[in-house]
Amino acid sequence: MSYLSIRNLSARLKGRPDQILRRVSLEVAAGEVRGLVGESGAGKSMIGKAILGTLPQSVEITGGQIILDGTDLLALPAAQRRTLIGAKCALIPQDPLTALNPSRRIGPQITNRLVDILHWSRADAEKRARDLLAEVQIPDPERVMRSYPHELSGGMRQRILIASAFAAEPKLIIADEPTTALDVTVQKQILKLIAAMQARHGTALLFVTHDLGVVSKVCQSLSVLYAGYVLEDSTIPEFFHAPKHPYSRALLAATPKYTDPDGSLTPVSDAVIAATRAEVEAADRSAHV
Amino acid sequence: MLDGRSAIRRKLPARLVLSATWLTLLTLAAICAPLIAPKDPLAQDLFLGQLPPFWLQGHEPGYLLGTDSLGRDVLSRILYGARLALTVALTAGTITCIIGATMGLLAGFLRGWVDILISRAIDIWMAFPPVLFSILLIAVLGPSLTSIIIAIVVIDWTRFARVIRAEAMTQGAMDYVASAQVAGRTRLSTMVTEILPNVLPTIVVLLTLEMGISIIVEAILSFVNLSISTDDPTWGGMIAEGRASIHQAWWVLVFPLITLFLTVLSFSQLGEGLKDRFDPVLR
Repeated sequence: MSYLSIRNLSARLKGRPDQILRRVSLEVAAGEVRGLVGESGAGKSMIGKAILGTLPQSVEITGGQIILDGTDLLALPAAQRRTLIGAKCALIPQDPLTALNPSRRIGPQITNRLVDILHWSRADAEKRARDLLAEVQIPDPERVMRSYPHELSGGMRQRILIASAFAAEPKLIIADEPTTALDVTVQKQILKLIAAMQARHGTALLFVTHDLGVVSKVCQSLSVLYAGYVLEDSTIPEFFHAPKHPYSRALLAATPKYTDPDGSLTPVSDAVIAATRAEVEAADRSAHV
Repeated sequence: MLDGRSAIRRKLPARLVLSATWLTLLTLAAICAPLIAPKDPLAQDLFLGQLPPFWLQGHEPGYLLGTDSLGRDVLSRILYGARLALTVALTAGTITCIIGATMGLLAGFLRGWVDILISRAIDIWMAFPPVLFSILLIAVLGPSLTSIIIAIVVIDWTRFARVIRAEAMTQGAMDYVASAQVAGRTRLSTMVTEILPNVLPTIVVLLTLEMGISIIVEAILSFVNLSISTDDPTWGGMIAEGRASIHQAWWVLVFPLITLFLTVLSFSQLGEGLKDRFDPVLR
């Protein structure tokens, strides 16, 4: 049984017919790392936000289920849902520069969840935070916990956010483009760190990204999203050796190659996009009949 | 790594020191007015009318800043006037701030129908001409300290609400708010623990600005004779009285005006200075 299973999840902008998510189904097994790829606006982040209950108010879920550890989140009352998510899930956000509250010290921002949701004592929570900061290779955790976010570099802040995500030993972490806002040189370290932490803690990870290179390094399986519709659901070896969908093939072909860094990129052709769009629309029609 | 910024101890900015000094002196003067005022601010003596300040020909010892047409001591009246000015500034400013900032936070962070409701109220409010609105309010409520404060609060809360709403919206879109929500915070507690500290520097600036504005509003109302009972000295009332005798005794108008000006200026500078000092990102 999968730890997280999303079934036929649909969402749209309030009061508008435009679909943001179209009957999305995906599974993340306990301890599995699943990539969620797609272009900008494909709805990758929306899925993450739907799971965590942080969708913008302008978006409404029109159908489907989000089953976390056997409980349908969408059927729960808001307060219960919040504590369940707080205890079992965590987020590694996209932009480390805005993901820490600038007017609060680092320490309490890590320990809050432990104290509030899991009712740890403050001393235990602080010890845990120090250990985690050491685990993500932050020198002098004691001092960092007393610092404000603006006193730390972007890479440091992302490490802190990773430590913070693992603080309550969640069973599922959603990483929303965790390396996009970082320097290329820092990206690799952060990816390695996330992979290492994931392996050590055995956490399931839903890795939202547009970078297939990143997916091939960290994930075991992936879902390809187009216009809020899941086009392909494969394991990593399957996907990289024989992608099933023409759009996936075009996406792979459009990825820069390490062997030929100066070669020009092949954009996803209009024909593929038109065919994919037609497929999504056909699926919409058959779902409405 | 920790960077160099935290190591630099900046010295106190001059404007913070100057404005805080002026306001402290004024507060002390207001509290101790009965002890330090050289004369009774209400005592009239027509033989001593329109005496000039101490450095001019014809002054009388004991009347440092001269007297008005009724022979009342200008300095003593300024000192007593400070009591009303500061009372209005502190109470009206604070109440306006609390109401306005709360409205702004709720509208900007909760969005949805709360925002629609509050924003429409602000739009409607701002279409009223503020001075006429306050004169009307005082006319209805009757001239008293309470009605001045009510008038200021009723008119000026939108000033806070608009600015804080915009700030709360910006902060609400930050990832740290999403993180707090994922960590199990309710909307309301997120608003108080995450958003409020980040809009606090702006609130402080607006608050001190509002204190200055309250003093001006009180002066305007005194000027049109709608403040508290006309016997008690007020800066606005003194300016109004001084206007009648500006050609014979300019000091009756000028000294309260200077005091008023310095006080309002000090409030706004205090706010800016505090913001620079306590904003964690700027610090």
